[in-house]
Amino acid sequence: MASRIGKVTRRTLLVGAVAVAGGAAFGVWQIRRPLDNPLAPERGATLNPFLIIDGDGVTIITPRAEMGQGIHTTLAALVAEELDVAWEQVKSWHGPPSASYFNGALMHAALPVAEYAMTGWQTALAETLGRASRVLGLQVTGGSTSTVDAYERLRLAGAGAREALKAVAAERLGVEPAALSTADGHVIAPDGIRLPYADLAEAAATRPVPQPELRDPSQWRLLGRSLPRLDMVAKVTGTAEFATDIKLPGLKCAALRLCPHLGGGMEGFDPAPALAVAGVEEVIDLGDGVGVVARNTWAAMQGAAAVEVTWTPSPLPQDTDAMLARIAEAFEGRHNSRMRNDGDPEGALAGAAPLEVEYRVPFLHHSTMEPMSATAWLHDGQLELWCGNQAPRLHVDRAADAAGIDPADVTLHTTYMGGGFGRRAESDFTHYAAKLAAALPGTPIRLTYSREEDMAHGFFRPAAIARMRGAVADGRAVAFDAQVAAPSVSQQAIGRMTGRRMGGPDKGHVEGLFDQPYAIPNCRVRGYLADLDVPVGFWRAVGNSQNAFFHECFIDELAHAAGADPLAFRLRHIRERHAPSARVLEAVAEMSDWGNPPEGHAHGVAFTFSFGTPTAQVVELTDTGRGLKITRAWIACDPGRVLDPAIVRAQMESGLIYGLSAAVTGEITFAEAAVEQRNFPDYDALRMHTAPRITVRILEDTPHMGGVGEPGTPPAAPALANALHALTGTRARSLPLKHHAEFIV
Amino acid sequence: MTTLRVNGTEHETDAPGDTPLLWVLRDELGLTGTKYGCGVASCGACTVLLDGDAVRSCTLPLDAVAGAVTTIEGVGTPEALAPIQAAWARHQVAQCGYCQPGQILQAAALLRETPSPSDDQIDDAMAGNLCRCGTYPAIRAAIHDAARALSEA
Ligand code: FES
Ligand code: FES
Repeated sequence: MASRIGKVTRRTLLVGAVAVAGGAAFGVWQIRRPLDNPLAPERGATLNPFLIIDGDGVTIITPRAEMGQGIHTTLAALVAEELDVAWEQVKSWHGPPSASYFNGALMHAALPVAEYAMTGWQTALAETLGRASRVLGLQVTGGSTSTVDAYERLRLAGAGAREALKAVAAERLGVEPAALSTADGHVIAPDGIRLPYADLAEAAATRPVPQPELRDPSQWRLLGRSLPRLDMVAKVTGTAEFATDIKLPGLKCAALRLCPHLGGGMEGFDPAPALAVAGVEEVIDLGDGVGVVARNTWAAMQGAAAVEVTWTPSPLPQDTDAMLARIAEAFEGRHNSRMRNDGDPEGALAGAAPLEVEYRVPFLHHSTMEPMSATAWLHDGQLELWCGNQAPRLHVDRAADAAGIDPADVTLHTTYMGGGFGRRAESDFTHYAAKLAAALPGTPIRLTYSREEDMAHGFFRPAAIARMRGAVADGRAVAFDAQVAAPSVSQQAIGRMTGRRMGGPDKGHVEGLFDQPYAIPNCRVRGYLADLDVPVGFWRAVGNSQNAFFHECFIDELAHAAGADPLAFRLRHIRERHAPSARVLEAVAEMSDWGNPPEGHAHGVAFTFSFGTPTAQVVELTDTGRGLKITRAWIACDPGRVLDPAIVRAQMESGLIYGLSAAVTGEITFAEAAVEQRNFPDYDALRMHTAPRITVRILEDTPHMGGVGEPGTPPAAPALANALHALTGTRARSLPLKHHAEFIV
Repeated sequence: MTTLRVNGTEHETDAPGDTPLLWVLRDELGLTGTKYGCGVASCGACTVLLDGDAVRSCTLPLDAVAGAVTTIEGVGTPEALAPIQAAWARHQVAQCGYCQPGQILQAAALLRETPSPSDDQIDDAMAGNLCRCGTYPAIRAAIHDAARALSEA
């Protein structure tokens, strides 16, 4: 079933200029109209789509995916701040899929301009587009947008509810609302009488929603402080429920075996060897593979491995070299985008001795700690689905389609997820769980991908090639020309979501390259889309993840060509463009005592402006004699106003470690169009003994609020590669770095 | 029938003897706090204690389980956190949380052997426990903190 959300997504989210026209066309009444409330609590009262009050306390609806980034805590704090409830009284619930939980900030990223340079009218336009998102009902977690989107909306939800509760209390007490105060879940009268919110909620729910003023940040009690995360106790006691933990009467466990040759198919299979495995009960034909259902997951996985399957080959180039050759061919065609074209790059390069180099990065896997998983149960024509996901309404549609029922007959429970990093924006696991459940009506099916199947069926960060040219004069870059070729994540992922291929310039493909605040007079960035259908998807920081590596290593090369210190060279170009960006570089220089690494150690620096947050990192590397070790790292970032410093710090550390892991060892390769890596032994990551000691400093000078889940990742790889150059003189122009030097493992 | 002692309770199971302990715990006994990450002893998500020692339950066949098993459910509860869990909460360690039951049990085994571990000892003991969210700095701080709390107890 081609989803209704899907079509509007394609039209508005991606085609930059068209979205502008489409956004402006929506009537104002639709945008200001109160949100429909999808909540229908069995007890207590709901005052708006974000709030349920009952005798047990206050439940705040936090309708974004909790992948570990702490978003439930921050969203709940936004409501609680204005509502005046004690943090200990707050519970959070993800809530049902609903258009009322649209993500307005997503549209921001669709504008074809560099974010640091957004002018007033562009910001206003982005806000218009955000309202369009509301009308379209895009409930999505991604692009580091959740907090930005919620900042006003959830505080207003809290403040509106507080005022409605006060109005009811004022009537009951026969006083003016202005005479009342609120604290800890009570309205307090001038004489000290305390009325609990629970006693007022039902009456308050029937009143028109007041339009209160929001409090000044100087009055905040919760926001701006590091709060105990709402999910912490569950996660340290093993009681947090992931999709693989669902328990239901009569539940069976399932595993998959899908065609390893990506894009290939299944000719036939013999279930007998699987059925011979103790505990296996069913072997189900899924069209492009088989599902095995058993009494436990172990039996299901053994059974899935035992099925004898005849696969058909893949039409894709068969190995990594052939795929990279296909990517390189894209340079021969016309560019898809030229998002930056300042001055006369060709002229400037012709007059100088240009530096001309090529960079490459490999395909990468998300490798979330919890493999893909979902639990589904078809009973009485209704499908119940439990899964972690980043776009609930999309999963409902996908499950309905797989089970052959109406989306209205699907109930989705969004669980905690054991890591997302963009992987759970896809819905393959929901599709297979729903298919298995539909094949066995009445039996709840808990599907867990084996690590090997998860690894084989990723939606990879694309491999990419960059051709960089540049020239320096008098200690400055005078020309910068970047061309990047890769399969298009946006085209593919949106195609999967909507069944339609998008057109137009692909901004995500060149983000991190065209939109960096460096003042270089002759500067051009062109993107080329490779005709290669290896499944690719949104990997933490998306285009920035590879483009920052190209950009920031090449800037380092230009600095060396100019005979300049790499950090001073960056500052020289950034200061005049964007002051907050310069300040994070200055901060990281001071923190790391840049220029004076300890004996036997070397420092590398990189800077990226992504998701609204300028972020600079210095990485320290040393040779232990038994291999290179990343000893320390310093991060300075400026996400604008910070709502929870501990969460920002944790996300920065996490993003850095994720980026460094990929930089040192991350690489997906192919043979017969099948992924060669199978499990953590051949797709590893940093661990306790290989992760650096990290220091984070958070600045709050950026005028707009930026994201924090992704900006820590892009500078990590180039900072490390630049440190490697500083330590050994090796200029690594490809990843992973384990092919250039020996690292401690 | 095999008899297993888990968190102080005897359980009977008729699962085949070659079934890894992980899946007996999760799918047969419903103790889902122990997680599956790799199945090949390379990530530590499935770590449980066997007579106090950390073991990878994903590669330990049921018939080879000789001793008392402790899972995360046996360490403490939301209402009554064990000191090590309280340290984890103080340092706000968990992000996605999926690796944390394994991390906590691995750290518990470390602290039993080495009540006041150095950074190097933490590195050695925890190297087998992967965390894709990169919570290592917080885990290290929580282990030091738990060591202090336990020594004062
Ligand atoms: S699941 Fe046992 S070590 Fe990974
Ligand atoms: S907290 Fe997510 S894998 Fe460790």
